[in-house]
Amino acid sequence: MEKVKNIVIAGLGGQGVLTASDMLAEAAFRAGFDVKKSELHGMSQRGGSVSSDVRYGEQVLSPMVPAGEADVLLILEATQIEINRPMLRAGGVLIGPDLLPEGALKNKKSLNVALLGAVSTVLDIPQEHWMAAIYANLAEKLHKVNDQAFAVGREAALQGSIAQH
Amino acid sequence: MTTAERQLLSGDDAVALAALHAGVRLGTGYPGTPSTEILETFDRLGGHAQWSPNEKVALEVALGVAFAGARTLVTMKHVGLNVAADPLFTAAYTDVEGGLVVVSADDPGMASSQNEQDNRHYSRAAAIPTLEPFDSQQAYDFTLLAFEISERWKIPVLLRLTTRVCHAKTIVVPRGPVAGVAEPRFEHKIPARVMIPAYAKPAHHRLRTKLAEIAAWNEAEGPIRIDAGDSTLGIVATGISAVHAREAAPEASHLTVGMTYPLPIERIRAFAAGVERLVVVEEGDPVLVEDLRAAGIQAEGKPEMYRFGELDVARVRRILAGDTSPEAVPPKGKPPELCQGCAHREVFQALRDLDCIVAGDIGCYTLGVLPPFSAMDTCVCMGASIGVGLGLRHALPEDQARRVVSVIGDSTFVHSGLTGIAEMVYNPPATGHLVMILDNGTTAMTGLQEHPGTGRLLDHSTTNKLSFEGIARAMGVQNVQVVETTDKSLSLKDLIAELLAKPETSLLITRQPCVLAAPKIRFYDKAAAESARGHTCSAAVAD
Ligand SMILES: Cc1ncc(C[n+]2csc(CCOP(=O)(O)OP(=O)(O)O)c2C)c(N)n1
Ligand code: SF4
Repeated sequence: MEKVKNIVIAGLGGQGVLTASDMLAEAAFRAGFDVKKSELHGMSQRGGSVSSDVRYGEQVLSPMVPAGEADVLLILEATQIEINRPMLRAGGVLIGPDLLPEGALKNKKSLNVALLGAVSTVLDIPQEHWMAAIYANLAEKLHKVNDQAFAVGREAALQGSIAQH
Repeated sequence: MTTAERQLLSGDDAVALAALHAGVRLGTGYPGTPSTEILETFDRLGGHAQWSPNEKVALEVALGVAFAGARTLVTMKHVGLNVAADPLFTAAYTDVEGGLVVVSADDPGMASSQNEQDNRHYSRAAAIPTLEPFDSQQAYDFTLLAFEISERWKIPVLLRLTTRVCHAKTIVVPRGPVAGVAEPRFEHKIPARVMIPAYAKPAHHRLRTKLAEIAAWNEAEGPIRIDAGDSTLGIVATGISAVHAREAAPEASHLTVGMTYPLPIERIRAFAAGVERLVVVEEGDPVLVEDLRAAGIQAEGKPEMYRFGELDVARVRRILAGDTSPEAVPPKGKPPELCQGCAHREVFQALRDLDCIVAGDIGCYTLGVLPPFSAMDTCVCMGASIGVGLGLRHALPEDQARRVVSVIGDSTFVHSGLTGIAEMVYNPPATGHLVMILDNGTTAMTGLQEHPGTGRLLDHSTTNKLSFEGIARAMGVQNVQVVETTDKSLSLKDLIAELLAKPETSLLITRQPCVLAAPKIRFYDKAAAESARGHTCSAAVAD
């Protein structure tokens, strides 16, 4: 069986961690994979740490990414990197907010989508599913700015080298 | 398979969709993480859902629906079932006509709860057949199955979910609406529904007979999944633990129990006979393993350290290896805090500055316990602030008793604060007492749900509104005051000090909408005003 892909997305409440993981899960779902995504979202709206796990592949069992088995760790807030680093496997990819050049985003709120753009360069999900998944999770008036954000993140990842750990 | 047939749903959403497909006439409940989304989704999908003041009332309303011959779903978090336990235990004796499914969403690991009680004990204590899904597909399937069982044996059925099942999104292939659901209609069935001893005695016997029949059904055709593997290790699991176990030990033989009460014990015995080592993997208390042992099946449980918190793949690997070495402590994240601009902040500043002894309650405002406030001294269960505050007042020396304040949120007050006020009026402490209702116009903690004090229904449309101040005055509280927390001319601290100085019973309501709810409330108010205008116009035309 194909290995399951494990992605952990983390940040602070209000940053769009859960929206980003919904989008990623939906993109994988649209691409025809088995998908599970899970998080604890008790008090996330009060600004505390939030993280969400997305797993996809031919068959996914547990909805939680085991510690040390994340292929990709996507972090929206620099202070959350160290807390979540134990999730990453050896050789896994860490994508943090510093990937984007200063002022690259028109709207700071689209950081989550920009970083998904970066993630899209290391996952085997076709581009059209990404866009459909992002649109499905956002009001229509936000589509354009998030199109741009996704492209900015993707470009930054393709230009720079994403850190392997 | 096309995406039209498969959907990516949380367990909560899957239960809601199944409720819709099962023809549920009314969904009732009280908000509580991780169960809250079930009724919200059911409403969004077009179902009829209502928040009740608390879980006990929710279950009682549902029982009425079931006696009327219609299907009903009641949702709550695990501790909600404590509140609903009184009707639950005796509802089990009655014959329900329409299917009655009670959802208990347990929270092992306490992601957002005050305890991690394991409600599988209720199945056994109240004699309620129980289904435990491990993913959203099963949550969907088991909801439908629960209605079938409930109507076939005229018995309430418990659908026990846990946080991960409720909130994890997994793929569901729905079956579509069920045909042939009965229409509601009342028939007198007095001995089956009036639990006086003369009728309850035979009813208890009937209940045990029903359970024996359900056990036989579970043995013959109940929802069990067997993944045959190596015969050296057999794993019996249920709920989310089953998928962790299958991932942790892919080579082993697995038996996943779907209906965990009454158990299909002979099928488990047969499975056990085919493996050299049998391990039960379950989250929380050792319930399943003890049932197996009581039936004479030799089964290994988990070391005591795994009773605490959620299980995951790594912990299941450790259980299978018998590893009891200390686990790595995950790094602590940033704790949540009261939002900037939250009115609760002003209240806890004042209570801290006055060095009050604060009997607290459950809600966003419980965060007043954390620095910089550290202004909460007790928090046990919803509504406890008032009783505990009164108890402190009765027992403490006068100088300390005078500093005791009970602090309770608006949703919590409706849930279980009213009887506390009755107690205060009936048994007033010598020093009097002060209860504060922090009325932010919503049930913020669980994600901004309406309640009887907001004047809006679950779907946010307008309804009657309870007046807390009116209730308190009618009940005989001596001083009842309402203040806007934003009122700059007001010193909350001085006002609290003044009320504490009186040896009288006082209720102080501090009112200011939750900052997250405020824009929504404005939107609902506007929509209500517009529809009222529209209504008047059309009425005028009709006149
Ligand atoms: C018996 C029970 N049911 C439900 C809950 C979940 N719960 C915790 S606090 C709360 C209500 C919070 O609302 P409110 O009292 O208005 O305070 P707020 O969060 O708005 O400050 C709920 C529903 C619980 N802890 N116990
Ligand atoms: S959600 Fe509302 S009640 Fe809760 S902390 Fe924020 S402002 Fe306060």
